[in-house]
Parts: sequence; structure tokens; C-alpha cells
Amino acid sequence: MKEKKTPLYDRHIDLGGNVVNFGGFLLPTQYSGINQEHNAVRSKAGIFDVSHMGEFIISGSDAEKFLQKITVNDVSSLSKGEAQYSAMCFKNGGIVDDLLIYKKENVFMLVVNAANLENDLEWLKSHQEGDVKIEDISDKIGLIAVQGPRSRAILQTLTDTTLSNIQFYHFAEGRVGGKEAMIARTGYTGELGFEIYSSANEIGEIWDAIMDAGTDKGLEPAGLGCRDTLRMEMKFALYGNDIDETTNPIEAGLGWITKLGKADFIGKDAFLYAKANVTRRLVCLEMTERAIPRNGCPILMNDEIVGTITSGTMSPSLEKGIGIGYVNVPFHKSGTELIVDIRGKMKSAIVVKPPFYKNGSLMD
Amino acid sequence: MNTPDHLLYTEEHEWADYKDDVVVIGITDYAQSQLGDVIFIELPDVGDEINLGDAFGEIEAVKTVSELFAPISGTITEVNEALDDSPEKVNSDPFDEGWLIKVTPSNPEEKDELMNFLSYEEFVS
Repeated sequence: MKEKKTPLYDRHIDLGGNVVNFGGFLLPTQYSGINQEHNAVRSKAGIFDVSHMGEFIISGSDAEKFLQKITVNDVSSLSKGEAQYSAMCFKNGGIVDDLLIYKKENVFMLVVNAANLENDLEWLKSHQEGDVKIEDISDKIGLIAVQGPRSRAILQTLTDTTLSNIQFYHFAEGRVGGKEAMIARTGYTGELGFEIYSSANEIGEIWDAIMDAGTDKGLEPAGLGCRDTLRMEMKFALYGNDIDETTNPIEAGLGWITKLGKADFIGKDAFLYAKANVTRRLVCLEMTERAIPRNGCPILMNDEIVGTITSGTMSPSLEKGIGIGYVNVPFHKSGTELIVDIRGKMKSAIVVKPPFYKNGSLMD
Repeated sequence: MNTPDHLLYTEEHEWADYKDDVVVIGITDYAQSQLGDVIFIELPDVGDEINLGDAFGEIEAVKTVSELFAPISGTITEVNEALDDSPEKVNSDPFDEGWLIKVTPSNPEEKDELMNFLSYEEFVS
């Protein structure tokens, strides 16, 4: 596969980013270091290039009906200017992708994982019905996430839109640094933060303006590495690790986005069954000794395998090894002491309530 | 990237510094930059024997874990205990304070198999 560059590629190189191929995109894993960037986002602010994400515009008079059928959350509850976390699932309940839906004036914008873009598009098109248009605008859109307790103060210097009026999971159309942009109060870090969608041609100037505005407020460029550690501390699922076509949203802890009261939608029967017959749960595991669980590590209870780690890292905030993984019922309950087999070494862990990191500025 | 010219290198991104009767071993600047922030390093004990190409320890970074492969065979005479409390020295000073182990080599011919700094620079470029 030919590697794609995001519109901000040259800036990552200039900033000394360690650029790697991530799902077909050349993106930085880190600039100064994962811990430093992670801590900057938790205590001040970080700026991320997330232009690799895919964007689709769904329009037409049957757009809402179509999305109501193909996604698990309740699209009819969305008002203009609101965003919703949702998923598309197979009939058997497995997850096609998790996504964000933004309701704009007459259209919906879907934001999907870069690695699933082609599959998602195919899935959407194979269910297209009535007056529905599906347009992939991913290559035309650049996306920057500014996350951290100081994100709002930094961005406010660059826009006339009153950012404190944008509630969590809401957005406004406006300007940032003089360029047209959609300013959304969404993110993947657990901190107060914004995601700024703009044209791929202008996103670079927006990046520069934010970097300038943020230097004296401790803003740091942040890479994929800390994006992952930040989301793990919040137990935000990552497609391909914690959720995929073999997991359903109920066991993944995404029951809250799966609206079983909705009229027929793809996967509903499977979710009703899954809800009544949950066999495993995605849980948070905190290591109680010095060790770091990694994706694929078996989880044991009394020498028997009762689960698998799906994501793991050293938590920069907790300074402990943490993992997310599926654990068979009833060992999923918080307080349960389990063993993680880390490359043949048996290490103790305990199931804890999510999120791992509880002091996020998300709701400020 | 820093590649000191007095050291010898492996394809597994380790360096070896041949002193009089002991060889100091560590990982390269390139290796530490690819690993990112190092958090734990698991090293063998003094007196243990290591064999060329075998894993002798693990280096764990925030996002990844990597095995350490012996660049030569020999007996461990010293391990860098300072890394227990300050593993970040491997990131900040991989060729000096971030050294890992010292070894008395058991097979002098293995030295010839290692790369010089020019070959290593070419290898990682």
C-alpha cells in the first residue's frame, strides 16, 4: 500500500516527529517523548494531527432513516450542532466500526477510523436505500485535535465563536485563525478539548496559528503514542484492539450507545440476545506489581484462562501498568484479583472501575 | 542520530565497546528513539553466561517491549544497576550512562562479525 501523507506531514518532520506508517498514513508516534506529551495534555494542552480519520457526508431526504438503520445509537435524538458516538454493526452483532456522527444543517457527517474507511464505505453503500447520497470527503478534510485543560483558552484567541458555549459533544461552524472550520467539543483523551475540521488546503495555517497561540501556554505537539496512552487511561475503545468484528458492543461496555428501544436496526436481534447472555466483559485491569500487560496476554484465575488483554501500556498518569481486556463473567467484577501471563511471567492484577484516570478536565 | 565511531554494532541495534578485557554493551541511539520512553529493563545477573544471538533481557518502553539479543558470547561481570531507578538514561545517554552490561568475551572471533559505525549508519538509513 502506498503511504499517504496528511496535509501536516512537513510540519511533523520540521518538529522532529518520529514518523511511521500508521494504517497507511505517515504520522508521528512522538515528538519529545510519550510521557512528556501525555503529561502536557493532562496538565496543559496538546495538539494532534488526526487528519487520517475518514469523513463521509450522508445527505438526502432519507439520510436519517438510513443512519437509524445502519448505526446502533439513536440518530433521531440528534439536533443540528450535536455529535454522537455510535457504531455500525453486522447482523451478528460484531462491530464494523465505531464512529462519530455530526448533524449539520441538512446533512450528517460520519467520522470513521482510517483503517476501516474502505470497508465502511462499502458497508454503507451496500445498504443504501431511498434518497440517500454517500460522499467520501476524507481527502479534502484536515483534522486537528487540541486537547487539555488549556485548550479552550488557547483556541479562544483565534476565533470569534464563544467556545464556552459549545457543550460536550456539540459543535459550531466558525473560523479559526481566519479559516473556515467546524469546531467540535469532542476528543479521545478525557480532557477538555476540541477537534477542528477544515479544508485540507487550510489546515496547515490553522495548525501554525494554534501552535503560535499556544507556545506560552505550554501547548505541545502530541503524537500517536500518547494518543493511545491517553485513551487507554480513559478506557476508550480502539477498533482493531478492544473492539472488532468478533466483539459486540454489549460486552465491550458500549451498551450505552446501543439503543435497543429503537425500531429495527442492523444487529438488534443479536444485541438483545447478547444482553441476556453476556459471557464476558471488557474491563480495566491495574497491575499490582511492576509489569506491563500487552495486547494478547492471557488473563488467568486459578491457573485457568479467563480472558485476554486487548490493550495495555504503562500509564504515565498512574505510573503503573494498565490493561483493558475481556474477562469471563463473573471474574469481571471490580476488585477481582487476576493474573496476567506476560510472556510467560505470571503477574498480579486487579479489576478496577473505569476510567483508570479520574481527574480529567473533560467536563470543565 | 548519533553513532560513535569507536563502537561496534549489530543488526539488532546493540553496540559493543571492546575495552582491555571486558566488553560494554548497550543499545544504540537509533534503538532508543524507536522504542520511545524506556520504563523497565530486565537484565541478567552477574556471573550469567550469554550466547551470541540469544535473548538476554528485555527492554520495556511505554508502548512496546523488545528483547535484547547478545551481540557476543561471554560471562557477565557487571550490570548497570543505576537503570533500576533511572531507566530513562537509556534514552538520554544510550552510549554512556545508559550502558546495560559488561561481559568477558568467550570467543574473540565474534568481534569480526560486528559492524563498524559506517556500516551501521548505512544499515539504519
